[in-house]
Amino acid sequence: MGDYILLVISSIFINNIILAQYLGTCPFLGTTKKMETAIGMAFAVVFVLVMAGMLTWATETFFLAKFGLEYLRTIAFILLIASLVQFVEMFLKKSIPALYAGLGIFLPLITTNCAVLGVCLININEEYTFLQALVSSIAYPAGFGFALVLFAGVRERIILGRVPKPLQDTSIGLITAGILSLAFFAFKGMA
Amino acid sequence: MAKTLTQEFVKGLWEEVPPFRLVLGLCPTLAVTKSVENGIGMGVALTFVLVCSNILVSLLRNVIPAKVRIACFIIVIATFVTVVELLMQAFAYPLFLSLGIFIPLIVVNCIVLGRSEAFAYKKGVMPSIADALGMGIGYTLALSLLGAIREVLGSGAILGINVFGPSFEPFQFMLEAPGAFIGLGLMLCIMNFIGKK
Repeated sequence: MGDYILLVISSIFINNIILAQYLGTCPFLGTTKKMETAIGMAFAVVFVLVMAGMLTWATETFFLAKFGLEYLRTIAFILLIASLVQFVEMFLKKSIPALYAGLGIFLPLITTNCAVLGVCLININEEYTFLQALVSSIAYPAGFGFALVLFAGVRERIILGRVPKPLQDTSIGLITAGILSLAFFAFKGMA
Repeated sequence: MAKTLTQEFVKGLWEEVPPFRLVLGLCPTLAVTKSVENGIGMGVALTFVLVCSNILVSLLRNVIPAKVRIACFIIVIATFVTVVELLMQAFAYPLFLSLGIFIPLIVVNCIVLGRSEAFAYKKGVMPSIADALGMGIGYTLALSLLGAIREVLGSGAILGINVFGPSFEPFQFMLEAPGAFIGLGLMLCIMNFIGKK
């Protein structure tokens, strides 16, 4: 049990997917101008990644590793994620329109979100068991959402400030992210 | 308006240099630029994938139905990424290890998909090659530059050669995540500043 708690803490704080592992930076900068979009994106990623994490783990263990097809991993995983996203989109549109209205526009973006493929590959590279893979597929996107919400909060304030012209928008965003990541850097001492 | 091949090539070098002007493909930009060597390695790998996928997408542009084009692009790109992955494992193993997870992640690099969608799907083969080469080289240069800055400040060396002498105390900070974000932010600022004039 202790191992799992450690895994959760390290995935959220110490190895935060955006601020320490540099994955998913594009949506991090793209969707954090407003708090609502940041929250929407965060939930969409959690939602997809939990399923993608389990499916890719199963594919690797029961199919690719069994038949010695590891070199097809990249293609297999990206196809799986792309079709999963498409499927989730259709399912939500039909069955849970309220949720679709909230997450809808973010879903197609998730296919090209490197955080999703990244976590699936980390699960395999670290040779996690199914339960560990499941925990990390929940904890990593939770850390993603955490960073997104924190950053959106800071960014909403920056818009009100007077930023010098060349620094505006992405530039100041990246510098802010740097300072935020400096704060997360302190968690490294816990490991 | 028909642009010449040279124009298509040159625009990737300055006007639309991917990580700065288009703000695409930031994850590898931040992650692999701990040294110039890694930056160049990543840049070359990406250029290869970009050129090959642009050629194939451009050749197949009349065959691929518009509705499933994204899925087709992803398969084409994933194939070439696998090729690069296996080639690097065979011929540049240390580089493969230091780039790690970011090699398979070229698949989801927005630059490659973006160029297929915005350029190769609409244009002929020759302009697509020029476009891919320009973008790829622009990306490589950007990565090497950021890599050089971080390597010089973070370990006091460039390409492993010490430049400051033994009394220099390296900024460890520049090699870690915060240094990557702040370094890229400042570079963007400088690019904007020059671009405005």
